[in-house]
Amino acid sequence: MTPDRNASAVAASGLCRRYGRRWALVDVSFDLGAGSALMIAGRNGSGKSTLLRLLATAIRPDRGSARVAGHDLREDRDQVRRNVALLSHHSYHYEALSALENLQVAARFLGKDAGRPALLTLLEQVALADRADDSVHTFSAGMRKRLALARTLLQDARVVLLDEPYGELDPPGFRMIDQLLDVLRKRGVSVLMATHLLERGAAMCDHGLVLDAGRLAWSGPAAELPRAEA
Amino acid sequence: MGAARDPGAGRGYGFMMFGFLLLLVGSYIGLFRAPTEAFMGDVYRIMYVHVPTAWNTMLAFTFAFFCALLFLFRGDFKWDSRHEAAVEVGVMLSGLLCMQGSLWAKPTWGVWWDWDPRLTTTAVMFFSFAGILALRRFVDDPVKRATWSAAATIVAYVDVPIVYFSVRWWNSLHQMQSSPETVSAPFLIPLRTNAFGVLFLMTGLIMLRARVAALRLEQELAPPLPPPHAAPSLQPEPAR
Amino acid sequence: MSDLLAALHKEALLQWRSRAQLLAVFVFGATSLLLFSFAVGPHAELLRENAAGFLWLGLLLASTLTLAETYQAEMEQRALEGLLLLPASPPALYYGKALSNWFQLTLLGSGLVPLMVVLYDANVPRPLALFAVIALGCAGLSAPGTLYAAMTHQARSRQTLLPLLLFPLVVPVLIASVKATSLLMTGDPMGQLRPWMLLLACFDALHWSLCGLLFGRVVED
Repeated sequence: MTPDRNASAVAASGLCRRYGRRWALVDVSFDLGAGSALMIAGRNGSGKSTLLRLLATAIRPDRGSARVAGHDLREDRDQVRRNVALLSHHSYHYEALSALENLQVAARFLGKDAGRPALLTLLEQVALADRADDSVHTFSAGMRKRLALARTLLQDARVVLLDEPYGELDPPGFRMIDQLLDVLRKRGVSVLMATHLLERGAAMCDHGLVLDAGRLAWSGPAAELPRAEA
Repeated sequence: MGAARDPGAGRGYGFMMFGFLLLLVGSYIGLFRAPTEAFMGDVYRIMYVHVPTAWNTMLAFTFAFFCALLFLFRGDFKWDSRHEAAVEVGVMLSGLLCMQGSLWAKPTWGVWWDWDPRLTTTAVMFFSFAGILALRRFVDDPVKRATWSAAATIVAYVDVPIVYFSVRWWNSLHQMQSSPETVSAPFLIPLRTNAFGVLFLMTGLIMLRARVAALRLEQELAPPLPPPHAAPSLQPEPAR
Repeated sequence: MSDLLAALHKEALLQWRSRAQLLAVFVFGATSLLLFSFAVGPHAELLRENAAGFLWLGLLLASTLTLAETYQAEMEQRALEGLLLLPASPPALYYGKALSNWFQLTLLGSGLVPLMVVLYDANVPRPLALFAVIALGCAGLSAPGTLYAAMTHQARSRQTLLPLLLFPLVVPVLIASVKATSLLMTGDPMGQLRPWMLLLACFDALHWSLCGLLFGRVVED
């Protein structure tokens, strides 16, 4: 299927998703231009993770539709997956393998360079190069987050979805995320980021939206979001 | 939820009544009117329920198989309700079949179970599909439940001929077909009557059971949407 | 194809890391063989006659442990989902895992043979043929087992559900493998080995293709 040629990173329309009898996402629609960054805010349980997982095609929408990187969520799943990378709450790691081995596994599936030097360079970017050969099950939560970030970067996607990227990281980790976001923006990658750090997020993003109990409660320029939330 | 208020249920009950009537007629003829069999005496008369049950057990599982296929290809949940009903009824019938087989085997062969290939295959089917019912019970998400049990039914059904052949070869040193067989005319009328009797009874049961499953699915798949808030409550989150 | 190689590489890494678990499962299998002999009693003739049956029963019981274990790693941090999102092709992931399970089970089965020889005073005049039977039989356990383990690992009461679903299904494998093993150990005057191995091969061919097709539907949302 040929991708939609207009410059939209994500065009969502009426997305709904339930877990059991509870609707986690109700009628969410928005449009994000290519190369822009969107910040998603809201209380715990407001549907931020569900929205990101839907757009990554980890789960299917119960109702509604969306086009991500020009491909339809339902019809063109594989193409969406080739163009999207998700940094999820779950780290997607094999606990028994080392950091390097985890990246090797991903690199082989992606058809990318799975050689030690290339992957060590990637681990350096997330300050994990010195722990490359240690098993993930010995890692702290912050280190797992860094490794997950490295894996996300490995995918080299056009649309990057970040679910609480600052979570579990220390202040140097925060700066690392900020730098990486900068690099992504410069490369023209579209970013959707769910975060509780309103000021920080607003500084890094162009647009913002707020979810409340699964519904879209507010949308507008990211700079105005901290005030809207207050 | 009486038959009067639910037209779908009415048809199901109708089929069951008709089937039950046919069974009464067929069983009366089979028990009291049909001649005694030359070699097996009166014991053979169990055939009049055993053979119809056997035919309809296979029919129920075959129907379940097609419902599973249709669900996986079409995604329409009505096939999932029918699938659930067919598997349940099939498990019940196969359980009955095994019991009938035992009741026939004891006076005939002196043992409760004689490893007859067809009956043994039925026992394996009983356990296979009972396992699928257990799978359905232990999965809460209706979409996963429908997809997984459909996949399991397809695998289990496709396995049936292999089970049959393996048991037959395994048992071939011992004895040949030992469940009742007959073809001559006086035996056919009660047999066919009962066969149709069980068929209608089974169809009615599947219809009713599928209706119950469909009603439950309706609730699970489309719970009511929460109403939109008049004034959204947006409290600031403390920054970490 | 490249996805399959990547999947095999992943499985090889995971297997190597979890080799201690394989040893534990082997001990479980060995203990089962011991328990069977206690159940039957110290009757050498009886034990020898039924050695094949005990071997395959022990292997069947142990298989539920290995099959369930292999999904533990996939589900801990949702690694399987992570791979699907790359995207990795579901059939490649299935065959990678099924092949890896097959390898483990065949290793397990082969490892239990010396124990069977010792405990039940069994003969193994044709070890290569026996190895072939073990390989074919384990392939029959691995294919549906890998599919069902994927389902049951996410369901409630998973330890009970996997054997409940798997055991009736693999009755032909049990029958054919035991028969073939028995014939190899006690002699095959009427040449019955070939049809039994053919049955196993048919079962394997059917399930390796069918389960590979169904795997995608089972693991995707």
